[in-house]
Amino acid sequence: MKAGGIRTRLAAIAAVALVGLAGCGGDDGDGTAAPAASASGSGVSGSVTVFAAASLTESFTQIGKDFETANPGTKVTFNFAGSPQLATQINEGAPADIFAAASPTTMKTVTDAGNGDGTPVTFVKNQLVIAVPKGNPKGVTGLSDLTKPGVKVALCAEQVPCGAAAKKALDAASVKLTPVTLEQDVKAALSKVKLGEVDAALVYRTDAKAASSDVDGIEFSESSGAINDYPLVVLKNAPNKTAAQAFVTYIQSDKGKAVLTAAGFQAP
Amino acid sequence: MSTPPLLDAHIVVERETFRLDLRIGIEKGEVVALLGPNGAGKTTALRALAGLRPLTAGHVTLDGRDLDRPDRRVWTPTEHRPIGVVFQDYLLFPHLSALDNVAFGPRRHGVRRHEARERAARWLDRVGLGDYTSRKPRHLSGGQAQRVALARALAVDPALLLLDEPLAALDARTRLDTRAELHRHLAEHPGATLLVTHDPLDALVLADRLIILEHGEIVQEGDAATITAQPRTDYVARLVGLNLYRGTADGHTVRVRDGFALTTADQLDGDAFVAFRPAAVALHPERPDGSPRNVWSATITGIQRHGDNLRIQLDGPIGVAADITPAAAAHLRLVPGQPVWVAVKATETRAYPATG
Amino acid sequence: MTVATPRRVRGRIPLPLIVPAGLSLLFLVLPLAGLLIRAPWTTLPQRLTEPGVLTALRLSLQTATLATLLCVVLGVPLAWLLARIEFPGRRVVRALVTVPLVLPPVVGGVALLLVFGRRGILGSWLDSTFGITLPFTTTGVVLAEAFVAMPFLVIAVEGALRGADTRYEEAAATLGAGRWTTFTHVTLPLVAPGVAAGAVLCWARALGEFGATITFAGNFPGRTQTMPLAVYLALETDLQAAIVLSLILLAVSVTILASLRDKWIASP
Repeated sequence: MKAGGIRTRLAAIAAVALVGLAGCGGDDGDGTAAPAASASGSGVSGSVTVFAAASLTESFTQIGKDFETANPGTKVTFNFAGSPQLATQINEGAPADIFAAASPTTMKTVTDAGNGDGTPVTFVKNQLVIAVPKGNPKGVTGLSDLTKPGVKVALCAEQVPCGAAAKKALDAASVKLTPVTLEQDVKAALSKVKLGEVDAALVYRTDAKAASSDVDGIEFSESSGAINDYPLVVLKNAPNKTAAQAFVTYIQSDKGKAVLTAAGFQAP
Repeated sequence: MSTPPLLDAHIVVERETFRLDLRIGIEKGEVVALLGPNGAGKTTALRALAGLRPLTAGHVTLDGRDLDRPDRRVWTPTEHRPIGVVFQDYLLFPHLSALDNVAFGPRRHGVRRHEARERAARWLDRVGLGDYTSRKPRHLSGGQAQRVALARALAVDPALLLLDEPLAALDARTRLDTRAELHRHLAEHPGATLLVTHDPLDALVLADRLIILEHGEIVQEGDAATITAQPRTDYVARLVGLNLYRGTADGHTVRVRDGFALTTADQLDGDAFVAFRPAAVALHPERPDGSPRNVWSATITGIQRHGDNLRIQLDGPIGVAADITPAAAAHLRLVPGQPVWVAVKATETRAYPATG
Repeated sequence: MTVATPRRVRGRIPLPLIVPAGLSLLFLVLPLAGLLIRAPWTTLPQRLTEPGVLTALRLSLQTATLATLLCVVLGVPLAWLLARIEFPGRRVVRALVTVPLVLPPVVGGVALLLVFGRRGILGSWLDSTFGITLPFTTTGVVLAEAFVAMPFLVIAVEGALRGADTRYEEAAATLGAGRWTTFTHVTLPLVAPGVAAGAVLCWARALGEFGATITFAGNFPGRTQTMPLAVYLALETDLQAAIVLSLILLAVSVTILASLRDKWIASP
């Protein structure tokens, strides 16, 4: 019944299965090692499971594919959902190699529980924009336009990073906004705009960009007061630490950065 | 030309392997029993009259009004027919009390609730269940349920009352009492009544006229006395407890099978029936002398108790059933397969024409 | 005064029945036990009095009951049609009735938006002609819940009608009752326990509905945030709070269901 929950749980089970299968084949006991070639992450193989915030969907998927091409024998699987939900799953023992969150607060719940391996590193930042249906039918130019009568707005729930950022920005602008709905992740809020059910939503710039065929992203000045840092960490119980580390390095490399910037993320 | 009877019907129902074709006329106040073996079509005929089954051809006319006439596309659904039905399983509504069951019909016919309940109470009184008005059907005995079902059917003052094996679900003792009461109520009913039954006793006690149905056709019709005296089929004969044979008569002799003839007291010519009671059959260990004119050798095939007597089934030139007293049985060796001599006095036989 | 225990005259319960039955009961009850064991019993009292909790509970009970009423009013006639009337395409219609069972609830919610949403096939007409909007309203919640729960009612009632003895309906006809009167005075009373059983299933399903509700009606406290939605959002940040909310919902529904007397929902 809980769609997101079932989706992530099934993905977690699938991840376990994949990791298990990979573990049988890949790392140990083979004896004959491939000759060490240098720059392309040699010796890295097997499955990498990444739990990442929903807003990283398009960019990380691309980076994952690029990584697989550069490192034949690897497979990157993703579990995209609201960061807090992923954090809960990790803390409850869901097997994953990497966690990329949309806020340091959420990351803290994982590291405080002792599930992180080393210090998390901030790899991008994301800023909010106002997403409106293509063509901006209600002529929204800034936050105050959102309070006009007849304008329906979708926000993320406060418990989710994009919701927390939205609240921060609205408070900073002293705008009292009553949304029609508080969505459980940023993609859900965005889809309400795409479907035309709401006139505007506060989402990340990256989300608006990814959906640029259906929505327009309106910048607003107060967003700079509520920028989200995105931290990234390899997990303590990662089944495939070597490959996970390689992937983290890849994300932070020029190639990875290029994809992220193109998606609309800002450098950390 | 006399006025047509209250119920005037020519029921034709065709199914894949079966065809029912009978004409029925029932006068006001008359009770007609429709008798026959299983599968004869009795229930089909009743359902056709009730409108639960459409006719293939023919007509059902009640009180001068056509209820069903396929060739003129006349059809009246069940709920608009002035009928009352007592079903074999009574079908009392389980969620309603006896009173509400009986009041159901009048309510549907537009009677106000208060008056309908009064009328229902009176009817329950008439069937002797005045103290049972608030009982639910599951708290009624078989006999009580039957009476409630009757009251329910009569409470709508039907022009045609239909009863489908009304006593079949009762035990022998209850049946006895209920049959007597039912006779009283049917006699009082002013409309036409059709009673479907397989029990000849029901027919004999309750009906003014009998119609015997076999394989979808009427094989005999008339009052009880005629039918019992002159059965025309095996079924009826068995029903009334007679040995019956069909043959060709020539004076006092009726040739019933190749090489076998019976001598009768009556004189006839042509197609004829011969009948005699099982009690008129005497059995002897050896060929008897004396006056009986019908004597032949037979073999015992079955022995049953029959009241205080024994009923012996015999095989021979003709199959025959004999009733003998235990005293007479003492002189015979009664085992299946035992040969024995059969004697029937001509004066005990009755012959009558098969046609007409 | 001693009461004699009734003697068992039917013999022992066969092992091939009682073992699976026991396992099945365990399977259903263990997750509940898990919730009870991990519940924050020490902080329970103050959590119970948090403002959103009672609101969500009240909304859940109200919408589930209204949805069930809607299902009964619309579903019983449909069940009668399927059980009593032979019409071309009856099997197809019956299969269509089960669609909400097979459809992932979120997809169901999207489908509802496509029809009843602001830009929906019917929704846009409702909006422009009457000014009625259904998404993000309590009515929308009732609609979403009714959509997913209706098959339970229709299937249960159709089963009951098929099992009912049609001869009573014949008897009613001979007494002068037309089809409608027969239906209300004879058929319905006879299948009332079956209808009640179907309604109970329907109510329970509506109460627990999440995916279609959050997609079609959104999430807003007091208006569309039912208990399942509150639980899901609580899960984002506070597992303990989620457990508490789940337990409340379970306690209320189990109490209500257990108080239904057997004879009201058992077949006669």
